[in-house]
Amino acid sequence: MKQLLLLSGKGGTGKTTVATGLIQLSQAKAYADCDVDAPNLHLVLGTFDNHTTKPYYDLPKAVIDPNRCTECGLCYQVCRFDAIAENPYRVIPHLCEGCTFCTHVCPAGAIALEETVAGTIELHTRGDETFSTATLKMGSGTTGLLVTEVKKQIKDKAEFAILDGSPGIGCPVIASLTGVDLVLMVAEPSLSGISDLKRVIQNARQLQVPICVIVNKSDVNEELTERIRHYCAKEALPFLGTIPYDREAVAAINSGQSLIERGGPASEAIQEIYHKVMKELEAL
Amino acid sequence: MIIAIPAEEKSLDSVISVNFGRSPYYCIYDTEKEQSTFVENKAVERSGGAGVEAAQNLVDRKIDALVTFRLGDHAAKVLTTAKIKVLKAVNLSIADNIAKVLDHSLEELNEVHPGGINKG
Amino acid sequence: MKIAVLSGKGGTGKTLVSVNLAAVAEKGGYFDCDVEEPNGHLFLKPSDIEEEEVTSLKPVVDMDKCDGCRVCVDACVYKALAYIPGELMIFDEICHACGLCTHLCPRQALTETKRVIGTIRRGRRGSLSVHTGTMHIGESTGVPIIKELLKKLDDDLSIIDSPPGSGCLVLETIAHADYCILVAEPTIFGAQNLALVHELTQVMNKPAGVLLNKVEDGINPSELYAKEKTLKILGSLPYDSYVALENSNAELLVERSEKYRTFFLELLKEVVDEATLAAQR
Repeated sequence: MKQLLLLSGKGGTGKTTVATGLIQLSQAKAYADCDVDAPNLHLVLGTFDNHTTKPYYDLPKAVIDPNRCTECGLCYQVCRFDAIAENPYRVIPHLCEGCTFCTHVCPAGAIALEETVAGTIELHTRGDETFSTATLKMGSGTTGLLVTEVKKQIKDKAEFAILDGSPGIGCPVIASLTGVDLVLMVAEPSLSGISDLKRVIQNARQLQVPICVIVNKSDVNEELTERIRHYCAKEALPFLGTIPYDREAVAAINSGQSLIERGGPASEAIQEIYHKVMKELEAL
Repeated sequence: MIIAIPAEEKSLDSVISVNFGRSPYYCIYDTEKEQSTFVENKAVERSGGAGVEAAQNLVDRKIDALVTFRLGDHAAKVLTTAKIKVLKAVNLSIADNIAKVLDHSLEELNEVHPGGINKG
Repeated sequence: MKIAVLSGKGGTGKTLVSVNLAAVAEKGGYFDCDVEEPNGHLFLKPSDIEEEEVTSLKPVVDMDKCDGCRVCVDACVYKALAYIPGELMIFDEICHACGLCTHLCPRQALTETKRVIGTIRRGRRGSLSVHTGTMHIGESTGVPIIKELLKKLDDDLSIIDSPPGSGCLVLETIAHADYCILVAEPTIFGAQNLALVHELTQVMNKPAGVLLNKVEDGINPSELYAKEKTLKILGSLPYDSYVALENSNAELLVERSEKYRTFFLELLKEVVDEATLAAQR
């Protein structure tokens, strides 16, 4: 199964919009939303027939049994995360990091560890299409494991899969990179966008995944778009094109209409980019 | 010598897992006895520290060499400290990779990727 | 008044709103809590910068005392320790500095020392104090940096630029806020993420209002959400390629445009009024 991953560094560059266009053009039968912090892809893919979910567990968290608690306060003293409140002694779940120190010091055996659901992994199908995604419970930390689980669900479900990656540079991005064939970086022409772009490219290179770059909303700042083009030339990264800012794209997304059907400058640009991306994939 | 290889399935025909720390199984092959066993990877469900735990488990099994596509830097440190050889896997079955180890035709794995978790 | 600026999604205009509000206020403090990728300083360009390191604790082993009992390795839930005969390996970036291994070691072979996990830079732009927190790449959490950063909150006026999303970093950021501005884009993605972050403010019991950004003609799903939930709409910024251009060059709108200076002055007043009202309830 060949896998294409879209990354951006910074959020809001238009990764999901581009991913949607590519999914429609390639008629990919397997796709995943790895942006588990703020999943969006499901909003534009229409409805599916079959849905399965399974829970995603974080480290078990401490719970104090008030009936056994002798109010010695040792747990409160040792907790480094301010996760234990006084009067009465109780654990504040979203602050508890599951380290178990309190369970080791409690003289009354009043503290137990309870499984905590940190999110849900979802699988949706219709016909021969498979869509994998996940949602995180509020306040939870994103981890690479959840992204790995999301990717596992579409493994070998089709010949070609598109992964909508997560923003940032952290572990979820690294987890999304392992085993993919090609990364498409969706950059935006802004100073903050460029610095974030460079950091993600660094990560992708360390994992030896081939990268190609496009600039979205390129006409917002033509000078910075050129700077990105120049940077790619210097770093020998294939620069596959630009997409202009297009109000039609916003309108299409909002009305649930296919960007490609609606047409417009962004739609045309994405179609050109799609052909170039497929060529890059075939050449690998 | 004892070789470990991350396995997607419990079979010598299986492909080698792309992930080291979260590989579902490891094939442990004893070249002298010409025997293979498949062990479950206890670290597979971890949200962090999977590489370290998986590496520690293999160290405890006294392996001499690991054949893998990729390795995170934490796991790499554990294996290097334990003087375990790390060889770069090729895109063939486990059985084929074992044959290549015996043939001395696998290269050493020199690149490691960043590891660790980044919560929040 | 301590005002936090949030959005569920990246790229909606959190930083744009935060830096321009702070710049036009010309007093108080601006706090960049997006410690993974702080950008506010690019706009505010503070001077007289003082740097402080943020430290956490890490266990250090005295191998003369260690007898390989592995109590620490087995007890660590994060698997930050590994034992090879003759050496105990400690992985600082995985370690959460909980102190358990040090506490449990039967031979007292483990002690804790400080290690640097991030940096805080505090500077000035006229009468505005500018505070930037940066987490070092590879660290397991940015929460300690945010905690340290916010120790210098100005009770008179603080603008807190929060990280995107609704995870533990955001929770830490808004913990001390009196009021939250939720910035939202006019797409279904924006509305979805607005709902997420709105829920967060409700769970944390923080009064909130919405700023609609990059508004185009036509239906605005975020506006619909705000009206449905009777969330105060603090203002509306139409999509303006001029704004996009200035923002991409890290320029402050309030310095370059009288129109936007007026907009942000009014927004600031609106927000402070709303926050004051909410505090009285």
